[in-house]
Amino acid sequence: MSKKKSFLAIELQIRVKPDHSGVVTDGVKHSMNPFCEIAVEEAVKLKEKKLMKEVVVVSCGPQQSQETIRTALAMGADRGIHVEVSGKDYETLGPLQVSKILAALAKKEDAQLIILGKQAIDDDCNQTGQMTAALLDWPQGTFASEVSLEKDGIKVVREIDGGLETIKISTPAVLTADLRLNTPRYATLPNIMKAKKKKIANVKPADLGVDLTSRLEVLRVDEPPQRQAGMKVETVDDLVSKLKDAGKV
Amino acid sequence: MFVQLSHTSFAMVGIFQRSLRLRTSLRQLSFHKSTSPTDILSSLVLRGRLFPICSPFVFFSFRRTLHNSNDGPKSLSDTPPPRRPFCRVTQEDLTFFRTLLPGRAITDPDLLESSNVDWLKSVKGSSEVLLRPQTTEEVSQILRYCNSRNLAVNPQGGNTGLVGGSVPVHDEIVLSTALMNNILRFDDVSGILTCQSGCILENLSLYLEERGHIMPLDLGAKGSCQIGGNVATNAGGLRLLLYGSLHGTVLGLEVVLANGQVLDCLSTLRKDNTGYDLKQLFIGSEGTLGVITAVSILCPQKPKSVNVVFLGCETFEQLLKTFQLSRSMLGEILSAFEFLDSECLNLLRTHLKLHNPISDCPFYIVIETQGSDSNHDEEKLHNFLEEAMQSSLVVDGTVATEEAKIKALWSMRERITEALTHDGFTYKYDISLPVERIYQLVTDMRQHLGERAKSVVGYGHVGDGNLHLNITSPAKNPALLAAIEPFVYEWTAKFQGSISAEHGLGLKKRNYIYYRSS
Repeated sequence: MSKKKSFLAIELQIRVKPDHSGVVTDGVKHSMNPFCEIAVEEAVKLKEKKLMKEVVVVSCGPQQSQETIRTALAMGADRGIHVEVSGKDYETLGPLQVSKILAALAKKEDAQLIILGKQAIDDDCNQTGQMTAALLDWPQGTFASEVSLEKDGIKVVREIDGGLETIKISTPAVLTADLRLNTPRYATLPNIMKAKKKKIANVKPADLGVDLTSRLEVLRVDEPPQRQAGMKVETVDDLVSKLKDAGKV
Repeated sequence: MFVQLSHTSFAMVGIFQRSLRLRTSLRQLSFHKSTSPTDILSSLVLRGRLFPICSPFVFFSFRRTLHNSNDGPKSLSDTPPPRRPFCRVTQEDLTFFRTLLPGRAITDPDLLESSNVDWLKSVKGSSEVLLRPQTTEEVSQILRYCNSRNLAVNPQGGNTGLVGGSVPVHDEIVLSTALMNNILRFDDVSGILTCQSGCILENLSLYLEERGHIMPLDLGAKGSCQIGGNVATNAGGLRLLLYGSLHGTVLGLEVVLANGQVLDCLSTLRKDNTGYDLKQLFIGSEGTLGVITAVSILCPQKPKSVNVVFLGCETFEQLLKTFQLSRSMLGEILSAFEFLDSECLNLLRTHLKLHNPISDCPFYIVIETQGSDSNHDEEKLHNFLEEAMQSSLVVDGTVATEEAKIKALWSMRERITEALTHDGFTYKYDISLPVERIYQLVTDMRQHLGERAKSVVGYGHVGDGNLHLNITSPAKNPALLAAIEPFVYEWTAKFQGSISAEHGLGLKKRNYIYYRSS
């Protein structure tokens, strides 16, 4: 099973809402989180190596999450589950709620492996994978840059500050994908056509017995301060005098 | 001052002589422009000379030879023409320039290096002076001065031209528009942008995108090329299929003529049938008739939905059928239809480490759609793709709807020029042909050259009937050049094609105009 999140496309100009309560999302293009793409690619690769039987992709969100699921299906996933969360609930949906949903689904689907992107690039939380593992009491291999399934468990090479750490964990397990795990494939036409016929099941959080109330409250969202224009000076003496004026020297 | 004529100049003289007769009747009409184009026209003729350009010097050392179609070219494209008897730059001249343009008259050889060499690093001039005016008035003063001193001038924009036309041949003064990069105004009701000619195309695109519009042209050189140069060369590019050529989208120009006179045709009117449409002469004139200092151009709305598709085809015939299918099923949302062959992809893979997004095929197509409704466009696109796959016109493909993936797919087409520069010395040919003949030239050329060439590749704007034929060799090779030319030109002329669809004539193709004009 792999979980993906859809977020605002990175290349667009993000605008903060006038009341500073969040970011404008209406009418703005959403796309799959790049780390989630890597996770989907890894899952599909494992299936192609015949190490996994079925790849199920899950996305929590409003109607447009279905598009993201379709993209994953076109990459090679077998079926999708769309957990419908919209409106106010979606705005306050955070890692805790998502991990509860995933834990419930994992039990329901009898999953052996959950692969997520290490973090979403809109909130940079880097918590969902770890929380899911904790809720299920499963081992976790986070920041994975290399994954290999062996007879007695999964060998995971993790990218950490000091270098690379290799661990072995038993299944079932949770993995989170880091940048160098793989290069996601392009969804090719024949697969895009096939994806249209694959099933996406609709589930509500209440059906899974998950409570979506958030324990966090966003107080304020601000843009980063505008970069001030620099000043050009003609000579070194000019530079020194300007620095002196500004009290820096 | 003796100036050699070419056949096309004869045609222009004919027009101006006829206009001499019309002159009296035209004088009765009143014109709203301050410097009436027709007055300019009459004054050009009235100076009593036969030639349309009345100044004692021309911008280019153009050597057009007078001959009939039985003659071959007098010299190959890589021998430069001899230096005309222009004056040389003196200290007084430098003092004048330095007073007129403080800090912007450059004589440092290191700084001049980049202005003397073209982007392909294939031709080098020996200019000693680089001038960087900021206003039309400065350009006018420079040209007036040079005219009086009989000094040759080479206008230069982004210096991204591919036919050696943007750099000096000898020691002409380089007049760069790089500092004339102000956007003057933008009317977002009509989408008309007015700017100075030194604005870089990509900067204009970014400016317009913030205001819900885009430039009507787009080319691989957008990070460096300037709009003045684009207009002077009548650049085509990747969006011509949908938005048409600059002859249609440019609404007005401000041009400084050789004697310093400012010709103000900077209209922002969509429709204006009063008098001769002089600006059309300057579009594509490659800097030989004047220096363009400002442009007003009609800009389309920014599309809300852009999709790019990368497809693979087995044969060129299937590629053409896919084109027909795309025209009928995508219709008005089709904005680009480009092709590349498998050799191009190998070059991209070898030199730029770009991977094939799909499986290996003999031909690849890049299709772009632009529209105002993503649901409508995606549905049309899906129907088209289904049909293309089911009728086996296309064997593989992929679709991109997000910015990052779109850029990645476009780079498969846009970076071929870059990959070629890494492959060796490149011989470039930009040919317009009837669409069904486009690839035949590539296969015939491959057969003709055999082992003599390293790579022979074909790619281009197949939707516009425009092939970019490129041949590489490890080093500059005169024997190879002799095998390529005039074979390529004769082949093109045989099928009534054009030897320069969009790149212009510049220095390298100046002798081949007769293959197109009689």
